[in-house]
Amino acid sequence: MLLSMQDISKAFSGVAALRSASLEIAAGEVMALVGQNGAGKSTLIKILTGAYQRDSGTIRFEDEDVAFATPGASQARGIATIYQEINLAPQRSVAENIYLSREPKTGLGLLDRRAMRDGAAAVLKTFNLDIDVDMPVGHFSAATRQMIAIARAVTQKARLVIMDEPTSSLDEREVGILFETIRTLKNNGVAVLFIGHRLDELYEICDRVTIMRDGQTVAHSAMADMPKMELVRNMLGKELAAFQAIARDSGDDAAKPVRLSVDNAGSGVRVRDVSVTVREGEISGLAGLLGSGRTETARIIFGVDKLEKGSIRIDGKARSYGEPADAIADGIGLVSEDRKIDGIIPDMSIRENMTLALLPKLKKAGIVDRARQQEIVTRYIKALGVKCASPDQPIKELSGGNQQKVLLARWLCTDPRILIIDEPTRGIDIGAKAEILKLLRSLADEGLSVLMISSELEELLAAADRVTVLSDGKSVAVLKRDELSETALLSAMAHQVN
Amino acid sequence: MTTIDTSAPGERAARPNMAQFLSRYGTFAAFILLVVFNLIVTPNFLSWQTLNVNLTQVATIVIVAVGMTLVIATGGIDLSVGSLMAIAGTAAPMIFMGTLLPIENMGVLIILSFILPVLLVMAFGWFNGMLVTRFSIQPIIATLVLFIAGRGIAQVATNGNLQVFKNPDFQFIAMGRIAGIPAQVIIMIIVAVLAHCLIRYTVIGRQIIAVGGNEKAARLTGIPVRRVKTFVYVVSGALAGIAGLIVVARNSASDANLVGLGMELDAIAAVAVGGSLLTGGRANIIGTVLGAFVIQLVRYTLLANGVPDAAALIVKAGLIIIAVFIQQRAKG
Repeated sequence: MLLSMQDISKAFSGVAALRSASLEIAAGEVMALVGQNGAGKSTLIKILTGAYQRDSGTIRFEDEDVAFATPGASQARGIATIYQEINLAPQRSVAENIYLSREPKTGLGLLDRRAMRDGAAAVLKTFNLDIDVDMPVGHFSAATRQMIAIARAVTQKARLVIMDEPTSSLDEREVGILFETIRTLKNNGVAVLFIGHRLDELYEICDRVTIMRDGQTVAHSAMADMPKMELVRNMLGKELAAFQAIARDSGDDAAKPVRLSVDNAGSGVRVRDVSVTVREGEISGLAGLLGSGRTETARIIFGVDKLEKGSIRIDGKARSYGEPADAIADGIGLVSEDRKIDGIIPDMSIRENMTLALLPKLKKAGIVDRARQQEIVTRYIKALGVKCASPDQPIKELSGGNQQKVLLARWLCTDPRILIIDEPTRGIDIGAKAEILKLLRSLADEGLSVLMISSELEELLAAADRVTVLSDGKSVAVLKRDELSETALLSAMAHQVN
Repeated sequence: MTTIDTSAPGERAARPNMAQFLSRYGTFAAFILLVVFNLIVTPNFLSWQTLNVNLTQVATIVIVAVGMTLVIATGGIDLSVGSLMAIAGTAAPMIFMGTLLPIENMGVLIILSFILPVLLVMAFGWFNGMLVTRFSIQPIIATLVLFIAGRGIAQVATNGNLQVFKNPDFQFIAMGRIAGIPAQVIIMIIVAVLAHCLIRYTVIGRQIIAVGGNEKAARLTGIPVRRVKTFVYVVSGALAGIAGLIVVARNSASDANLVGLGMELDAIAAVAVGGSLLTGGRANIIGTVLGAFVIQLVRYTLLANGVPDAAALIVKAGLIIIAVFIQQRAKG
């Protein structure tokens, strides 16, 4: 065994995050690590890499007992982690990033730029990536940046590469490239720990799977011996009541008044001609491949970016917000795509995070009304089933799914009329996914207008009343409920790409 | 493998993280240690005289450091406070000595000499805020502008001359006593309490923390980020102005070259020692007050025991390093 973690336990402020978890990976093996949010996957990884220290248990790596004090120590020992938010220096060149902190030097002790360039190009070539290594990393797409991060791991002679949801921001073609890369790593005897949620991907690329639930590792198996239903059952601990369970009302669309209509909107290069409408009490889906302008459209509606062309109407009245505050005043909320960057204030408590948008309405003479704040926070923690030790716990300690619920509550407590939600279930396990989609459905049934941006087809098919497809900054198709199918969506998305 | 890593779960849970403990109570512990040390070593430490000297000297540091805490909580920094003190400190005597305004009534002049200088430096604070928010200049550079120019403005206004005065009414803020407590100490307490309540209980206070904690997310929740940031620079300016008035009143003289000299460093040090993160997102006013007391006590201890002021500076620097080190450990 390359890596063997046994009986790992860890508690945070008295709450057990891991209970006697174990994980074994052989060299040249791709191991899937799956589990719901809060199952303990990230904690296990962080203990392995030295970001957290375990309370008990043993870790053996290459047949030696190890206890890494810092992520740097585990990296030096040959464990590389590719995070969702890729940690490269965006303004430095590809070559500089690949050789960061291990720069080749000339005889005079100066940087050997030629060696860096040639070495970088050579290693990228093994992954079939032919790019200009002098360009800054920030210039490339998420997929390419990921590849660069992996290349960096390879040049560091990593024995184990941990990939935390590596496909979450990639489109299908890019996923294919990533998988090629993983196969190359495998052939070189490098082990990969693959954390992911998309079952098809797991079955395509992984050899074995470790399933976590409630801080424990509940199953280890070869991928081939684990049918999908079995895997999901292990993860959830019960039969999966999947997306199909989401009931949809069958009312007449045209009868509902239009709440939000965006007509021929344009801004910058990403949004060129987008039209989309959301009626009262419906979930309107916004689909499209990466870079098609979905998130950017949301940002224009919400007043983050400026509307340069076209119009936005709320209840028939033309609006163009200069600041999110103006949009919020009009009853709009935006749950953004990237929780860490645009969502949570990590050090603030759940209470504070949840009521941030409501604060101006929560005051008496400028002072926060603590009693009402407490009442609202308690109500939403209960209503959305947020799992936490107390409302005063810093939000950064929650799992992704629970953070998402807090951010959802942040807007729900402002009693919005329009909720824009960008990738509602990104980085959330299947169980919580269905839960959040059901929640959105019931909110819509109560009259909320939801604009749901999603790159997951099942999600759109399950929850949306109508889907607008964007491609290259333009809206190319609108699919009504009875026209919605996987093939219809795919062909609409593919339509303009080829 | 280190010993901590292999310890049993029960044993581990019982032992709190040392760095976290220090970051929470370290400043207070240092303060107590200094007091105890002085009680033993320094002659006559336990006297009204000593308490008075220390309180009156620490008052201006606390007042300025409170403003600095707010600025740092948003992720900024205000280097201009010392220079703004000089501006307010030179403007006030010019007003009550009648060289600036054609007003005869002394009472009116005295009141104006409190109000106008503070308003003036608030305007400079607003200017800092504008540079930071409208022109997106990094706070350290933006406030460097007035750090340099501010003292120049004060020197030009007085032609570099020392203004000497004796005006009991104006000097009440430094020399006066209310119920036996020096007026400047009372001002210090009011400022600290108000700032503490502002941070803890008001909407703008929470917004300051949110902006420092994650500016992008704060904007997306509708927080007026620019207004919040401008606000803290204006408050920092106002408090520097008040401190400037106290300093000149205490000295019966206003020297544009010296008023508030090096104060920005004392204030930043008080904030750092007090446990607020210099990266923003946290504002610990009580910590800042304690931090200022620690810095003051260190200086006093060294002076009272015959160590020159220059050496005290080195100790001060050491304290900042220790404080920041503990914070970093506690964070990880």
